[in-house]
Amino acid sequence: MATKTIAGISVDVSGEGYMNDPSQWTKEIATEIAKEEGIDLTEKHFELISWIRTKVMSGEALTIRGIGKSGIVDIKEFYQLFPGAPLKKATKISGVPKPASCI
Amino acid sequence: MENKNETPLKKVCLICAKGSIEDVYATLVMGNGAVMEGIETKIFFTFFGLDAITKKQMKKLHTSTLGNPAMRMPGGLPFPSILGMLPGVEAGVSAMMKKQMEALDMPPVDEFLDMITAGGGEIYACKLAVEMFKLKKEDFNENVKDIITIGDFYGMCGGENTQVIFT
Repeated sequence: MATKTIAGISVDVSGEGYMNDPSQWTKEIATEIAKEEGIDLTEKHFELISWIRTKVMSGEALTIRGIGKSGIVDIKEFYQLFPGAPLKKATKISGVPKPASCI
Repeated sequence: MENKNETPLKKVCLICAKGSIEDVYATLVMGNGAVMEGIETKIFFTFFGLDAITKKQMKKLHTSTLGNPAMRMPGGLPFPSILGMLPGVEAGVSAMMKKQMEALDMPPVDEFLDMITAGGGEIYACKLAVEMFKLKKEDFNENVKDIITIGDFYGMCGGENTQVIFT
């Protein structure tokens, strides 16, 4: 396990930069990781981040389809908010482990 | 797993020529998976694979209960071939498979196509097969971008780190 200082806070991260302990997450950390990924976070991003964190912390598996049914964004908007690899980027910014999802 | 000499995959071009549940879903899972990773994705449906994008057929895909040695009864016992011949058995087995896939959050075919195109993936129908089955553009799901020749499709499969996959 590695540690990394993000936004002045020392956090535990995996080799790929995902936070191991979601409780260490702050909004400032999210903004910082997002910047590394080339994303400027908006209200909509934070709304979705909070939804993702709630789901993951209650032990539910994340899928693109599930996010499309979140009521916050549809799948197209999700790809626009986190361009490229949305599920990976969104979870990284949300301070939760890398999702093991195929769909 | 990290290999410094490898460069990431940039484009995946999938060809689906079969219309059973497992063949179609193999294509859709691999296609959607590529879109999810930010890889440019194009899918070409041909021959019986066209069922997956034809409005009339896409909700009625079956898995074959004949000639499939990997077929098992619930619980793992071998599935007698003679059972597979009985009317209704194939439909029952197919319904059961779809139920199990839904439990894993695998969407129905039309929703899967929506997901792929929402992420920027492109879906094409093979011109030759479309003519052979006497289909028209309006017979296809709205996610089908165009009816094209295999030559046109290959024309889209260029570029570094591109893979063409026949499922």
